[in-house]
Amino acid sequence: MSRVRVLVGTKKGAFILTADGKRQNWEVSGPHFAGWEMYHLKGSPADPNRIYASQSSGWFGQIIQHSNDGGKTWETPGGGPTKTPDGMPQGESNKFVYEGEVGTHKWYDGTQHPWEFKRIWHLEPSLTDPDTVYAGAEDAALFKTVNGGKTWQELSGLRGTKGALWQPGAGGMAVHTILLDPKNANRIFIAISAAGAFRTEDGGKTWKPINRGLKSNYELPDPDAEVGHCVHRIAMHPSRPDVLFMQKHWDVMRSDNAGELWSEVSGNLPSDFGFPIDVHAHEPNTIYVVPIKSDSEHFPPDGKLRVYRSRTGGNEWEALTKGLPQKDCYVNVLRDAMAVDSLDKCGIYFGTTGGQVYMSPDGGDSWNAIVHDLPAVLSVEVQTLP
Amino acid sequence: MIRVVLPFHLRTLARVDGEVQLEVGSPITLGSVLDALEARYPVLRGTIRDHVTLRRRPFIRFFACEEDLSHDPPDATLPDVVTTGTEPFLIVGAMAGG
Repeated sequence: MSRVRVLVGTKKGAFILTADGKRQNWEVSGPHFAGWEMYHLKGSPADPNRIYASQSSGWFGQIIQHSNDGGKTWETPGGGPTKTPDGMPQGESNKFVYEGEVGTHKWYDGTQHPWEFKRIWHLEPSLTDPDTVYAGAEDAALFKTVNGGKTWQELSGLRGTKGALWQPGAGGMAVHTILLDPKNANRIFIAISAAGAFRTEDGGKTWKPINRGLKSNYELPDPDAEVGHCVHRIAMHPSRPDVLFMQKHWDVMRSDNAGELWSEVSGNLPSDFGFPIDVHAHEPNTIYVVPIKSDSEHFPPDGKLRVYRSRTGGNEWEALTKGLPQKDCYVNVLRDAMAVDSLDKCGIYFGTTGGQVYMSPDGGDSWNAIVHDLPAVLSVEVQTLP
Repeated sequence: MIRVVLPFHLRTLARVDGEVQLEVGSPITLGSVLDALEARYPVLRGTIRDHVTLRRRPFIRFFACEEDLSHDPPDATLPDVVTTGTEPFLIVGAMAGG
């Protein structure tokens, strides 16, 4: 029988939740890396027991961890207290250094400010090679390892794509979304707050802003600017990599041509502000968002935690409430904190800043809390295991 | 033998209990102690000082003999009682407040 493994990153450690295919009885493992901010954990599609984790701290900086046994044990790929007689650089797995001239980006006061590495927000393992991983950084940049995380190299062409015009939002300036095209290994989509969405067709050497159709009427002096939009999340179904769905700062958007042009599909949502967006594992036109009241009030409208589902790829939305708190709920759901499994009856998962991880075993019709009282959840990923 | 006390999270990361003891060649300075520490525990590179500039991370402090050595230059020699191992060299996570 299939199993699921849910990888939860929180403000104070990582947790691993496992269950069989019924998804009724859960085992909770953790906290792993207790006390550290765990921005993201993700397993390799090519080797599910290989899991990468981003561990960071305002005091001690960035650490990369990986596991080869599904999260039971962990090690720093290039920096453990072990000798490396083959000359492999030690301690390099935590080293993220911008390539060449560091350069500058736009700062809050309108001046130019040098890029400064702060942390890794998102790790995206290759679809085919367990040793290859992309890492999205704050300040915004994309790094890549081809040796299991021992060393990292920046794909600096991204910052060369009008990087001088990028400006941090209140949450920082980070590459938070990385989508790998399963049909074209050279095509990658990324998104940055607050710079927008970008696409490469050559494996990361050169990039193109893909923000046409986005409108930021209250955030940008030119609402149609080529870069500067606060994209919160992009999602794709693997069977249709040209169709992208986006939760922007305000507005839910859709593109049918790999980001060349976006159109708004917010439709009847009670608020089109939010952070995560995801796609059903078996229905490429079924998408999920969690509306948040506004950019000034990061909690659900009316104190009701509602996931909204569209079975039409946007515009027509239905509220999913069964099992979710419908009064006095003022949590947020962050951009990396929603995921789906690929069991026959697709499971939908999301974590909240209140420490709950909710899951629906029936595509969103009903919900249960797997855990209630974790630290604030930063990220949720799901692995469907044989 | 230099005695180094690491903060909790760095002891966990380096998988050590209690104090770390390091052999450091003369002259024994702030920088040479950190060099020796990072050579012994490579995972600590970047956690105490920047990977490239080797500047102390903002929320790390260096104490010894009830003195704050955080702002001393890397080539500053450590007190004799630290170099003889009588007193430890403390690497401390700054108070967070709040």
